[in-house]
Amino acid sequence: MTALKELFSGGARKFGMVIALLALVIIFNLTTNGLVVTPTNAQNIIFGNAHILVMTMGMVMVIIAGHIDLSVGSVAAAVGVIVAVATRDWGIPWWAGVLLGVACGLLIGAWQGFWVAYVGIPGFITTLAGMMIFRGLHLYISVQSGTNVRVPEEMWFIGSGHLPEWGPDTGLNNSTLVLGLVGIALIVWGELRKRAAAVRLDGAAPALSVSILRAGGLSIAIAYLTWLFGSGRPGTSFPVTGVIVLVIAAVYWFLSTKTITGRHVYAVGGNRAAAALSGVNIKRTNFLVMLNMSLLASVAAILFISRARTTGPADGTGWELDVIAAVFIGGAAVSGGIGTVTGSLIGGLVMAVLNNGLQLMGVGAAQTNMIKGMVLIAAVAFDVYNKVQGRPSIIGRVIDGVRRRPASETSATAPTA
Amino acid sequence: MADSAPILEMRSITKTFPGVRALDDVSLTVERGEIHAICGENGAGKSTLMKVLSGVYPHGTYEGDIVYDGEIVRFGSIRDSEQAGIVIIHQELALIPELSVAENIFLGNEQKGGLGIDWQIAHEKAKELLERVDLKVDTKTPIKNLGVGQQQLVEIARALSKDVELLILDEPTAALNEHDSRLLLDLLRDLRSKGLTCIIISHKLGEIMAISDSITVIRDGRAIETMDVTAGGVDEDRIIRAMVGRPLESRFPPHTPAIGDVFFEVEDWTVEHPQLPGRLVAKGSSFHVRRGEIVGFAGIMGAGRTELARSLFGRSYGRYLSGTIRMHGKEIELRSVPDAIAHGISYVTEDRKALGLNLLDDIQTTVVSADLKKVKPGMALDDTLIHQAGEKARRSMRIKAKSVSVGVAKLSGGNQQKALLGKWLFPEPELLIVDEPTRGIDVGAKYEIYGLLNDLASAGKGVVVISSELPELLGLCDRIYTIFEGAITGVLERGEADQERLMRLMTGVGVDAVV
Repeated sequence: MTALKELFSGGARKFGMVIALLALVIIFNLTTNGLVVTPTNAQNIIFGNAHILVMTMGMVMVIIAGHIDLSVGSVAAAVGVIVAVATRDWGIPWWAGVLLGVACGLLIGAWQGFWVAYVGIPGFITTLAGMMIFRGLHLYISVQSGTNVRVPEEMWFIGSGHLPEWGPDTGLNNSTLVLGLVGIALIVWGELRKRAAAVRLDGAAPALSVSILRAGGLSIAIAYLTWLFGSGRPGTSFPVTGVIVLVIAAVYWFLSTKTITGRHVYAVGGNRAAAALSGVNIKRTNFLVMLNMSLLASVAAILFISRARTTGPADGTGWELDVIAAVFIGGAAVSGGIGTVTGSLIGGLVMAVLNNGLQLMGVGAAQTNMIKGMVLIAAVAFDVYNKVQGRPSIIGRVIDGVRRRPASETSATAPTA
Repeated sequence: MADSAPILEMRSITKTFPGVRALDDVSLTVERGEIHAICGENGAGKSTLMKVLSGVYPHGTYEGDIVYDGEIVRFGSIRDSEQAGIVIIHQELALIPELSVAENIFLGNEQKGGLGIDWQIAHEKAKELLERVDLKVDTKTPIKNLGVGQQQLVEIARALSKDVELLILDEPTAALNEHDSRLLLDLLRDLRSKGLTCIIISHKLGEIMAISDSITVIRDGRAIETMDVTAGGVDEDRIIRAMVGRPLESRFPPHTPAIGDVFFEVEDWTVEHPQLPGRLVAKGSSFHVRRGEIVGFAGIMGAGRTELARSLFGRSYGRYLSGTIRMHGKEIELRSVPDAIAHGISYVTEDRKALGLNLLDDIQTTVVSADLKKVKPGMALDDTLIHQAGEKARRSMRIKAKSVSVGVAKLSGGNQQKALLGKWLFPEPELLIVDEPTRGIDVGAKYEIYGLLNDLASAGKGVVVISSELPELLGLCDRIYTIFEGAITGVLERGEADQERLMRLMTGVGVDAVV
């Protein structure tokens, strides 16, 4: 039992989410007669949702800090059309356009961050205004420059490109293969480090069987995914955009778990007054999370337009809802202070697989939205129910939650003085 | 006068939670018209017992019987017990700050008129109730504008509005200063003479002995002893022994002061109220602390002790107008909390849950949270260092928890306070300011915390203790400053200080005109 507990150090909620994700994949695969688990479809899931996944990593920080950002879709739309128009009309090279887009994201983020952090307007109001302002900006530019602005061809690889094929014939796309091997190497290295740390802290490493199971299990998963993504039509691979998401995920995992600023975000969200009296710069922290969100929205914009290849009037519509839903499905708390980058990514993948599976089944957009809404309620209700009952989720009874999960709530069922 | 039959008999109450027996065959008898106190360490089961009685833990979730007014009762909810005449006032007052006194009194019990709530009647009745508790405020005043003592009286007024026969008070004077405590206890005596029966849960042994007719001590979920105070022979030592299970030599661990030179001085410190311009919360205060010294700050609630401390701690309260701080002889400016921490000053806030702890964190994260740079050797926070810091704190402060990954919300009050203390000792401060360090904590844990403060002083650091418990200050401090209405009115050395002298200085008696 303890061994099983040690196996899943990511917390009961994430374990539950991964199971849910797998269940969805399996169910949809059955209902679509095997259309889901194919290399092409797997790649499409990444292609179609990379922009959402990138934004969830910013949104989770915003929600942990106790705010929300409703403007991300509109900001992304505005930045996208700015980049497209700038590269087309001003003759600047595509990479300058990308930089311009990022700069716009930073500017917008600073604007929203100013109102939220230094003036004290709630994030909800500020970003609601932002939603209107930047949707309007998008519309304005579109009216001036054309509703469908073509994106320079040199950029298309970002959003729709595949990794190069090279080297000996292995039956798989070799770039994907390398990626997979690197992934497995990282897992093994990570496991070895965990064991070394356990020796230092507790005096003994966990049972070898646990390590082998954990590292082995993850490695097998990665090996399978490597095969899935790499064995598509020749010329296809794990998408470039997916690599970008992974890199950004690594950066944000590091930022949120290993840096002081990351810790401060959790502190501000967990108990603002205590954080202030512990020396946390509340204003700076709030400013940074809002700045960061718009920055990632601009990155998402670039990923999106370089896939869509032209801008359009419906760009960005409803993105914030998908992003916010992903973050809450991934385990964040409405009251702030709780949430993780990896959890939000899993939540994002749940939404992505849902979108994809329902689409393959031929379910219309209307019904899809209804189903997604109900999934969101179900996921969070389950979580809230378990918290109110004062115990971790049912799966969590078997597995101890670790840091970043709510350590506990004082509940009516727990004994007090 | 009093009926011969007891008003309440709890017979063989047993309540278990998964893995722990919170109450084990507890029996309690409360006579009609008496004030019955219940004492016990944190986690002993006092609140659990009262929750069983008041219906928070409904019939069916416990074993045993409750006999009220001669009949076996089966309460399914708080409403049931209230209808029977049992009202419980919790330690954390259940008042809505933004709503008025009248609205709070009748919350859940609204006075209905023809078409809705009859506010006229509500305010009239509220006024009557306030007179019964001797509280002279307008019934329209929002609760947030009242002091804690007054809020407590509103809660009692609310209980009276429900025609209470048996009033349960959980730590009623924990958040009150001496003055308000005395008023409250007088009120309870008055209500007793009018036929009200009270059960009081309290750690304040002095008060309990002054006001109770009987005392039941609970320890580890069992009723250890019931003492008849009116019969005599009950003193604080006897109660403590029953609570703790072992004789406590004294409430304060022995400490030989080794006091050195002055190393921290504050001169003419003047701070304005943050919202009310023109009103000063610190009026030219000057004081100093020596190495190895424990200095106390005494004052009635609202006198300005916390305001003084917080304004010094990185100007985290009020508008700084003038004054200097000198540390090791050099003048320093503490413009922000990080400044203060960097200069070796730590401040342990008075409300550990609201202002001190992030209840979502575990012990190790809490311990390092005031000085994260210490656990960040390179680019990243080092989990090993965090764990080690947590372990060190857990061991040296004897925090009762399975491991340092336990959430602080799961700890008892005393252990939470220790975790908070550990957090502020982690940056290795030169000067530690603790604000109400033992509020809401049982005797055993208090002793341990006093020991920790003594150790700090013995190590040559300076300790400032702000407390509303005069015996605590008298037992702990080498010198005590008194504050009244924002000004320091006096300072007494260990030998010359006693409760009376302190109280006079604290209430401004015999002090020359305080500006």
